[in-house]
Order: sequence, then structure tokens, then C-alpha cells
Amino acid sequence: MKFTWFHLMPYRFLPEDFKDKYRSVWVDIPRNLYDPKVGHRLYNDYLDQLEFADAMGFDGLGVNEHHQNGYGMMPSPNLMAAALTRRTRNANLVVLGNSIALYNPPVRVAEEFAMLDVMSGGRLIAGFPVGTSMDDNFCYGEVPATLREKYYEAHDLIVKAWKEMDIFSFNGKYTKLRYVNLWPRPIQQPHPPIWIPGGGSVETYDFCADHDYQYSFLSYFGYIAGKKVADGYWEVMAKKGKEPNPYAMGFAQVVIVANSDEEAERLYSPHVDYFFNRCLHVYNGFADAPGYRTVKTIKAGLLGQVGKQADLRRDGLTWKDFVDQGFIIAGSPKTVRERLREAMKTLHCGHLMMLMQIGSMPPDLVKASTELFAKEVMPYMRDLWSEYEDRWSPKRLPEIQSPAPVHFEKGGANGQTRPAGIQSEVRSAK
Amino acid sequence: MITTHKLLGGKFSVELHQFGSAGEPLLFLHGAGGLTGVDPFLEDLGKDFKVYAPHFPGYGESTGNEHIDDVIDAALFYHQLIDELGIAPANVVGHSMGGMLAAEVAALCNHRVKKLVLVSPAGFWLEEHPIPDFFAADLTEIGPLLFHDPNSAIAKMFTAIPEDFKALEAMYVERVKRLATAGKFLWPLPDRGLKKRAYRISSPTLVVWGESDKLIPPVYANEFTSRIKGAKAVTIKQAGHMPMYEQQAEFVKAVRGFLKG
Repeated sequence: MKFTWFHLMPYRFLPEDFKDKYRSVWVDIPRNLYDPKVGHRLYNDYLDQLEFADAMGFDGLGVNEHHQNGYGMMPSPNLMAAALTRRTRNANLVVLGNSIALYNPPVRVAEEFAMLDVMSGGRLIAGFPVGTSMDDNFCYGEVPATLREKYYEAHDLIVKAWKEMDIFSFNGKYTKLRYVNLWPRPIQQPHPPIWIPGGGSVETYDFCADHDYQYSFLSYFGYIAGKKVADGYWEVMAKKGKEPNPYAMGFAQVVIVANSDEEAERLYSPHVDYFFNRCLHVYNGFADAPGYRTVKTIKAGLLGQVGKQADLRRDGLTWKDFVDQGFIIAGSPKTVRERLREAMKTLHCGHLMMLMQIGSMPPDLVKASTELFAKEVMPYMRDLWSEYEDRWSPKRLPEIQSPAPVHFEKGGANGQTRPAGIQSEVRSAK
Repeated sequence: MITTHKLLGGKFSVELHQFGSAGEPLLFLHGAGGLTGVDPFLEDLGKDFKVYAPHFPGYGESTGNEHIDDVIDAALFYHQLIDELGIAPANVVGHSMGGMLAAEVAALCNHRVKKLVLVSPAGFWLEEHPIPDFFAADLTEIGPLLFHDPNSAIAKMFTAIPEDFKALEAMYVERVKRLATAGKFLWPLPDRGLKKRAYRISSPTLVVWGESDKLIPPVYANEFTSRIKGAKAVTIKQAGHMPMYEQQAEFVKAVRGFLKG
């Protein structure tokens, strides 16, 4: 079993009346709700958390791409991954990923991923999401009906750019290039492992199965609701005669560990509420542009992650409901060990994408939960799926060069600047 | 009468609705929402014209949408249809997105267009008069965007939700198919360069606008009359973006008067 510590990088200070006052956390969220001074602190806190996860022995550090979004402050996850290459040593960098239909030309993604792979010593996992309708259609203006075709073309170009040693021309419908000649080349040859994050489009199952890519189901509904999608994926894999290797699948899950079930609820409940009720508050009209999902997916009855239907499924849920219905796996180490094992077996999943900072959760709680998980849960789950080979993780350099020590001219002890807690600053700003 | 026409040896299949049997040919190009199946203004026009109302590929039973990427492809599709029906030069009436495409049809070839009627056409974007995001609109917002009187029976018909789940699913799938196609010309903004080509239109042109159109404000009429030589504009009172449904008699009178004049 492998564990990726995944960050969404939410803005932690949306107003309490956000849901009543504004229609969406995404696309048209008011700009004045973002304070860049707070943002400075949040980015640094969040990178600290990812670096801590590296030190705690997690297998991967996950970042992803969203635009104009109050719960995902990474328009460019590659920038975050670049920062992580310098201050982490062990974990893989799971960039999940770049919405490749949005880049013109898409070789930009091939180049940046190659840079990250070289910078990190071959620790990159390359994620190629189609991207959400909010991001691709509403924020970036892509025509919904041709998005998937453009995505597949971008994928073909990027993979060919990685594989091909000779300069080639590319005459696509969306991209035309005379000289494709990728410099630098990635360390991992012919290319880093490719993971495809999906929200439940049936086409993605086939795409992953046909290309031997890892399929990562990024759901906010937890493992019980996620079973339908997982079953659909494994069914396609079986039909195509592919090995049911659990490492061919990833799954995102909110996980919280405290000293007891009661403590988990007491400390973390407000932050879970903030995540599900403020962060995921997306205007229904942005959830699914006509043509974004294929008719095949619509007819398969797969529900979207956000929008009216999603809101209805979450409406009025309490901590107990979130736990019982599997939205979150939370509690004492014993509780989490049992439920997580059950969940991963049910889904037949080898790569867990763990959301351990969600919503308004402050750094001390994130750290406590992460540390407890690393010490009291992770070691007890390592045996799961040990009979399978993980063919979807990086093959890194045996030795990775360390950065030179940091020398700041100004600041406190060792040049480290650590202002007072962010909570007090936000309060005084009001 | 509904017939099916195969174009280019089956590359496109067109569901064609026809009204009337005598008079000059009139080709009607529907808007993003498409024909409803109950379109009495077409029957009315059929009294004086031979009306051809095709479903655009991707709408209704018409296929071949995958061969159309942009407004030029769409205009050439309509040229092919005009030729294979043998109706050139036809009077071409286009509504909203269909108006945008009708203007392109004429700009690329005036010989196929006898007279041109543009009804609340899309095709331009004015910074100071942004067109609301129809694609993101909630069903409750559609009525007020499209109709002068969103509480009228005709407006209610457009925004009704079927109770039966199967019917609802069928309606949803058809809506997705239609608007996905419309997105090729209208997403994210309905400007695909008509301003560069509009000067080529030499067919006599009438621009028809509902006085209280809240989707494409009537101020856009100036863009068409100033860019198309000799174009005239007429305003229909107590009508929004759908004047041919909301004020059928006034609408038909204006169109008939212009085409027969």
C-alpha cells in the first residue's frame, strides 16, 4: 500500500456567511475575499506541511491544478512541485496534474514536467487530467464539445515528445509544430509514470486501461460512494484482460487521525464543515457545461463532484453522517486503521491520495493528524497488496543532490522569519 | 412534412421540416435552442413561402456534427444543403445563433441568398453591452432572459420540466447535444470574426429585434445595420429574444412584408 499526502491548498478564511452571500467558490468568487498577505503565509504553511509529510515517510506529495477557486490556490501546481524539489528528499512528486488541453502548445507541459523530473532526481509522477468544466470551460474558455479531442491530441504530442529522440513535426488539428525537440529530457526514460485523475467519466477507464496508465479517482464523497466508479473501472480492466493490480488505481480520501474518536470530532469537525459547506459551494450552472461530459457518461448516471446534485447529497450532514457515509475516515488510529483497510480492499486500491489538510484546518492540527497517521496507521497498512508490483511509481536516481545551506541576510535565528500566528493576523485585519 | 436528406453521400443526414408548397423558397436557420417541434410561425410563413427548416447537425435526428468545427464549416454545410435541395437563391431567415450563421452563409456567397432576415442575431460582442452567459444560466433564469413576459403560457412551455424521469432524461440529453453544438460557435463569447466578413453581404437584409430582448440587447442591431450595406432594422414591441413565438403575427407580417416587398 502506498500513501500520497495530497494538498488542495484552500483559502482558509472565507467569511462565515459565504454560502448565503455568494453563489460560487469557483469561477466567479469575488476577488476581494483574497488577501495576498494571508496568501503569502498560507503558501508557506502548505509547503511546510508537504515537506513535513516527506520527513514522515509518505510515498508521495500531491498537488493539483485549479483556477479562480477558493479551495484550490494552485493555478500552476508545477510551481509548487518546483519548490518541493529543493526541500524534500524521499517522496515522489505527484503532480495530478496539468490540464493539458489548456496549454498552447502542449509541449510546454512536456518541458515543465521534464524540468521537474530532472530537478527532483527522477521523482516525478505526471498527471494528465482532462480538467473540470469550471476550470477548462468557464475559466479558460475551452469549447466544451471539442475539449476531449484536444486533450487526446495534447496527450499524443506530449508522450511522443518524451519518447522520440529525433526532431519531428506535429500536424495536429489543434497544434501545429515544425520542430518538436524536447530539451531537457526527463531522467525517467522514456518518461515519468503517467497517472490520469478522473471524476467519473467512463471514457477515462478505457483510456487508462489501453495505455497502462494509473487511474486516480478524485472524489470528495469518500470510499462508499466511490465504489460505483471503482467497480466500473475494474470491470473495464477485466474486460480488456488487464491484471487487476491495485496499484493501477488511486483514490482520494479525507483522513483524520486523533488520539480518540471523540477528540477527532471535537477538534476537526468545524474544519470538515468548512470544507464541505464553504469550499465545495459551486454554482450549479458551472458544474457541467453542455458538451463537457459525453452523452455516454451522462447515461451511465455518474454524478458530478459539485453542483446542485452534489450539494443535495451533502445537505445537512453532521460529523456522524460524514463518518458513517464514508465522506471522511476519521478517529483514533485503531478506527482509521480498520476503516481504511476495509476501504482500500473494497475499492481494490493501492495508491491512497490522502487529504489531510482540508478546509480551514490550521497547521497544528494538520501536523498532529499527519504525525499520528505516519506513526500509528501507515506501518500497519504497508503489508496490504504486497503480493503485487507497483509499476506506476518513479524510478529515481540512486543519489539526489542536496541544496546548499540557506543564508538569509536578515531575520531571526538562523535567518528564519516566523511571524506570529496567521489567525491573529486575519482577526486584526477585520 | 418531415423528411430526411443525406448530403455528400451520407456525410450529413438532415432532419428537414417543410411547411407550405408554393412560393419562393425560405430557409429557416434555428437558434442555439433549436426547433421545438411546435413552431407555428413556420406554418404561418408556409402560407406564402415554401419553408425549409432543417435541424442543424447535432440537433434532433440530424447527424454529421463531428465534421463541423467553426462558423465557416457551418456556412458551407448550409451552402451544400441549399445546392442539394436546388433552392438557390433562397430567402434565408436566421434566429439568434442561426442569424449569425445566416450572415456567414451570405457573406461567403451572396448568389445563394436572395434576401436575408436576421432575427435577434448573435455574432458580435460589445464590451459595453455584454451578453449574459446563457450556457451557465439556471432554468429559472432562462425565462426572463428569453421572453418579454416570462409568465406567459408560451414562456412556460419553454421552461417546463417534465415530471416523468425518462422524459426528463431524454430532454436533458437532447439539450446537452444541442448546446454542445452551439458552443462551437458561441463559447465562450459569440464572436467568430463576422465583423471581418459582414461587408461582403450584398443581399437585401432586414434585422428584426424584440424590443425587450435581455439576452442580446437591441443595441446590437446597430452593429448589423452599420456593417451590412442597406440593411434595415425593425423592432417588435412586447417581445424579447423569441419574437417569432411571443409576437407571431407581428413577426410574420414584418418578414413577409420585407421578403415580398
